[in-house]
Amino acid sequence: MTAARIEVLKTYKLFINGQFPRAESGRVMSVRDSKGKLIANAGKASRKDLREAVSAARTAFSGWMNKSGYNRGQILYRLAEMIATKKLQLAEELISQGFQRTKALQNIEAAIDVLVYYSGWCDKYNQVVSTINPVAGVHNFSSAEPQGVVGIVAPKEGLLGMVAVLAPVIAGGNTAVLVCEYFPLTAITFAECIATSDMSAGVVNILTGELKELHPHIASHQEIQAVLFTGGDAATKKSMMSAASANVKRFNDWSRVRYLSPKLYHLTAFQEIKTTWHSVESGITSGQKY
Amino acid sequence: MDFKFAPAPESADIADIKATYGLFIDGKFVKATGGKTFTTYNPANSKHLAKIADASAADTVKALKAAQSAGQGVWKKMSGAERGKYLFRIARMIQERARELAVAESLDGGKPIRESRDFDVPMAAAHFFYYAGWADKLEYAFPGANPAPLGVVAQIVPWNFPLLMAAWKIAPALACGNTVVLKPAEQTSLTALKLAEIIQDCDLPPGVVNVVTGGPEVGKSLVNSDIPAKIAFTGSTEVGKYIQKQVAGTDKHLTLELGGKAAHIVLEDAALNQAVEGVVNGIFFNQGHVCCAGSRLLLQESIADGFIEKLKKRMRTLVVGDPLDKNTDIGAINNKEQFKRIQHFINSGKEEGLTVFQCPTKLPDNGYFIAPTLLLNAAQSSRVVQEEIFGPVLSIQTFRTVDEAIEKANNVSYGLSAGVWSEKGSRIFNITRQLNAGVVWANTYNKFDPASPFGGYKESGFGREGGVHGLHAYLKINI
Repeated sequence: MTAARIEVLKTYKLFINGQFPRAESGRVMSVRDSKGKLIANAGKASRKDLREAVSAARTAFSGWMNKSGYNRGQILYRLAEMIATKKLQLAEELISQGFQRTKALQNIEAAIDVLVYYSGWCDKYNQVVSTINPVAGVHNFSSAEPQGVVGIVAPKEGLLGMVAVLAPVIAGGNTAVLVCEYFPLTAITFAECIATSDMSAGVVNILTGELKELHPHIASHQEIQAVLFTGGDAATKKSMMSAASANVKRFNDWSRVRYLSPKLYHLTAFQEIKTTWHSVESGITSGQKY
Repeated sequence: MDFKFAPAPESADIADIKATYGLFIDGKFVKATGGKTFTTYNPANSKHLAKIADASAADTVKALKAAQSAGQGVWKKMSGAERGKYLFRIARMIQERARELAVAESLDGGKPIRESRDFDVPMAAAHFFYYAGWADKLEYAFPGANPAPLGVVAQIVPWNFPLLMAAWKIAPALACGNTVVLKPAEQTSLTALKLAEIIQDCDLPPGVVNVVTGGPEVGKSLVNSDIPAKIAFTGSTEVGKYIQKQVAGTDKHLTLELGGKAAHIVLEDAALNQAVEGVVNGIFFNQGHVCCAGSRLLLQESIADGFIEKLKKRMRTLVVGDPLDKNTDIGAINNKEQFKRIQHFINSGKEEGLTVFQCPTKLPDNGYFIAPTLLLNAAQSSRVVQEEIFGPVLSIQTFRTVDEAIEKANNVSYGLSAGVWSEKGSRIFNITRQLNAGVVWANTYNKFDPASPFGGYKESGFGREGGVHGLHAYLKINI
């Protein structure tokens, strides 16, 4: 008679610069199922981990924004494929963290579809929001450029929530630090999908941890250009908005936005409009009138 | 050669300035509760121009409530086409009173009449004209998003382009169906009040536009009131950050158009004589009181010495003096506080060991005047390179490679505008793409148009004014 096989459990760490480091000083938070049984010790990110993540996102920014939209679109689509291959694992993890079985699979499938949606926008949104401006005597046009590093507070809707707030940010060429207090196991399995999706290291960094500890540092970090806030108490929102003023961060409060339904406007919320004026040689300066 | 121009002054009487001005609330000019007033001065000679009502906290509430009821009543019900017709009317009446507005602007703000006449006033009319046409076409701007007005918007504008900034703010707000309480800067309230007269003459329904005058306390009470759905501010980064902090935790919409420290890059393959003109216009336009002024000149090392000589030669021909004289290129510094601030920065440059060049111009004895100034061999870390001076002061740095120019240009906390001069097309596109700025001028500078969006990256603020993108700041869009 053979003894029952002992399962090999996974260690859930953070996702920074394409790697999976432990949280600073090995800090963890225990994740338990509905019966209170320990499922895993997830990493509990510190302020230092946040700084590392922002630094990685900052470094990755110019490479990611300068990729062609077509290329970014392919990478987002590849990410959707990677999630599809881990669909059952992701669903099981959601169930262990409290999702109903039928809802869990729907959540993963909806997340895949949201990614495919934004994948398709990557090489198109600038055609919708750019303009040639009718100004006499010059060639004047406006087009969208990403804002930089976006700090995202992930919402509570499983993988779908994470993807629905992350995808519009990165589709437009921004890089991101995604802070996940809820569903930390899902967040890290999602990170494994990202790590195998052809996305360059640092474009997306995922920290599991407590919002109440991390939010002041997200809001005040000088290298973060925009914050996406998806919910939380009024005091947290106020404190983050207030600290965001230190470097005139763009603060996006999505607590009343239906972000689970993807839209172009969710993507353009993280774009700057740059207007360029090119002078046009006149007949006089080109000598034609003489 | 020594050219002398005979004085060609515009008559100050044309400005038709009244002895006193009230607040414009609910379609009527009224005294401030408590009867407080302040005096507005001509910065070119320190002479008193008019007494203006100093709004109390109760007055700002009245103005906001007037805007609220006008919004819920008449303005919200009116079709876009009809709203647009009011805006067209205002544009026309600005054009009809253009000369008066230009003279008043120069008297109150110190800017050369040539600029107020040829730039500020026509551009203000153009903004109303441009946005008038959008009022009945908003659904084309944001497909599928059901654009709707925000409600009452509180708008706070600075003293550098008083009438024009009022127009930039009011025209898109009204086109989108909002109602407005505008607060002009206390140094320059006159043309905003004249615009209120025009609005009254145009029979715009009472309360749709209100103008409250006074100092920072008036601005604070607008920002902190529960009534406005949106705050739109143009001014310093310091005040912008304060406002962003004040609205924290509320659902107020906010757009900020703040300071700048624009790099103006001249490459060795530029058309140098044209670039000199561009650089002069970039920094000395409106005494350098321009948030997008090209205040950091970056010269490629190979042409730097020759370019600086050309620049100095051109600067010696600039006429500094009476703003009402049609020959004047550079008028008076807008106010005493700013005058001191600019001098402080020039001294700070001297203390850092920079070489200072100032045109040997005879400045008028009275009023606030500063000769056009260059601060040479500045380091990237210098205060005069990192901080906004908002005066006729240009710092000069050099660079060797295109990459170095881009790095220096982007290495400040601001990101409003930038300029670049080169005759090589591919190089121009490379550089303009990499500059972190909301407005980039290539082989031109300080050009503006109502159809062209304006606004900053980074600490220069957020939101755009002008063009179709400018509508976004005044609409609730269904996301």
